[in-house]
Amino acid sequence: MLKFLNSLIAAVLLATPLAAGTLGLGRPALPDEIAAWNIDVRPDGAGLPEGAGSVLAGEGVFTEKCAACHGDFGEGVGRWPILVGGEDTLADERPTKTIGSYWPYLSTVWDYVYRTMPYGDARSLTVDEVYQVTAYILYLNDLVEDDFTLTKANFTSAVLPNQAGFKRDDRPQTEYPDFRKPACMANCKPNVEITGRGTAKGAEMGQ
Amino acid sequence: MVDKITRRGFVKAGISASAGLIGTSAVAQGDPKITKVQKWAQELGEGLDTRPYGLPSPHETGVQRRRVPWLTADAYSSINFTPIHDLEGIITPNGVCFERHHAGVPDFDPADHRLMINGLVDQPLVLTMADILRFPRENRVHFLECAANSGMEWRGPQMDGAQFTHGMIHNVMYTGVPLRLILQEAGIKTAGKWVLAEGADASGLSRSIPMEKALDDCLVAFKMNGEALRPENGYPLRLVVPGWEGITWIKWLRRLEIGDQPWHQREETSKYTDLLADGSARRFSWVMDAKSVITSPSPQMPITHGAGQTVISGLAWSGHGTIPRVDVSLDGGVNWYPARMSGPSLNKSLHRFYFDFVWDGKPLLLQSRAHDSTGYVQPTKDVLRQHRGESSTYHNNGIQTWAINEQGEAQNVEVS
Repeated sequence: MLKFLNSLIAAVLLATPLAAGTLGLGRPALPDEIAAWNIDVRPDGAGLPEGAGSVLAGEGVFTEKCAACHGDFGEGVGRWPILVGGEDTLADERPTKTIGSYWPYLSTVWDYVYRTMPYGDARSLTVDEVYQVTAYILYLNDLVEDDFTLTKANFTSAVLPNQAGFKRDDRPQTEYPDFRKPACMANCKPNVEITGRGTAKGAEMGQ
Repeated sequence: MVDKITRRGFVKAGISASAGLIGTSAVAQGDPKITKVQKWAQELGEGLDTRPYGLPSPHETGVQRRRVPWLTADAYSSINFTPIHDLEGIITPNGVCFERHHAGVPDFDPADHRLMINGLVDQPLVLTMADILRFPRENRVHFLECAANSGMEWRGPQMDGAQFTHGMIHNVMYTGVPLRLILQEAGIKTAGKWVLAEGADASGLSRSIPMEKALDDCLVAFKMNGEALRPENGYPLRLVVPGWEGITWIKWLRRLEIGDQPWHQREETSKYTDLLADGSARRFSWVMDAKSVITSPSPQMPITHGAGQTVISGLAWSGHGTIPRVDVSLDGGVNWYPARMSGPSLNKSLHRFYFDFVWDGKPLLLQSRAHDSTGYVQPTKDVLRQHRGESSTYHNNGIQTWAINEQGEAQNVEVS
């Protein structure tokens, strides 16, 4: 048994092509392969490719490839996402969450447009077209002038208004102490009234 | 002890109230389904192999995923709902596990699938499905709940059915490789604190997951309930992130990047963040807190047998652990009775509970309240709104109320 195990270990060691792994599975990823898939962009600009795009050029790309769903001015068509407006509505009863009013980082816009827009034709935009569309969305949100050109170099200087509006999940501090208490079992409230009724029937919802 | 006496008193009252109804369903002349020889008891039935992959009985065709067209702009970036009101036990059948896609269901040969590990690793790797199948694997049962489950209910009751209020959830047994083993195969550099998981579909869906969770209990899964993942659930490979919101469970998983910071992707900034009453928002609110719902009776599952012996059946779950206890109320939360837990109690899995009682035929306000293994007690919707306001969209785990009328019909309501 020991002899068998020794020979097995030796066989595994011989067959292991990589230094990092312990199992010897897979193969090294090639630089071109990593470049093809590693397209994510972070708020600090890490991952941005070289390129540039003007508001003016962005208007043309947006009108041709984005406006059918998002509207000529980012106002949204039907139930497709609104990209513009909604400033100072986040505490309202019906907040409007847009790139201008809600999104914390411009890098998310660049990443998302490059990754998956236009809807149904993902990865069809060039790097410069993505810079152009991103610049145009900034313009539509009154965050830059119409002569602005977005580049890799000036990218991180474009700060979205709601960047400071987010905090890490604080449920463990604000909620769990309240919710981890013994539960009342009898006569927990003096009376009960129905305060609202749901009426959206399944049959009305196309089932 | 007080609780037990209270419950016994209630049950006793129920028995005396319904005693007159016992036996009303008896058939005077004998049931012809018994007294006559039936066709199916005389002739041969279908031979085997009629359906090499079996389907439910044609009498069960109503058990279906359903969607709500007005919720989303189209059917490609949309959601449907598990028919939880029709199901029992804790395992969701693969064919009715709810779907949530951002660019439809991609269709490709698993032989064409690749999983890349790159970033802050000693050796960037490419794994094929054949490679994945050579890693040590594990089997675990976990619930997957969309963060938006019950999201339409923040401002008050809306969807009239448990399928629609609570059906963005399923619970299956996954077979997969611990994510830890795959990351270790590439070798994680000391600075690596976050993992970006990315899908192969046209949305390239991506989420940032902290290394602590990645090394803890995540799986890279290729089977659900023993068979290959369904295309709509990530075939051939998906991430399993136990207890965390479903959006992190990247389907059609093609890439794992190690980094020193989160990426702040679209589905963790503009979406899947929790807007609070003061206009600030929580991000990275990953864990699904304890929650429960009575699946029957419910608006799609009225009581049809009249007064008498009645089964209340429900589901409970927590992203923090197990569910040792569920309470049931028949009067809108004035009095509560411990439910009976039934079936396996697994970590971060659905649990089934029952409450058997004698219905007196009078209106009921049914509620259930989950207690998880950390002592967390499912809050009311009012308490949640006090903490978060009404615009959070996500993570609504408040107590659900079904109003039952004298006919046994159920409606989605809220109570004071």
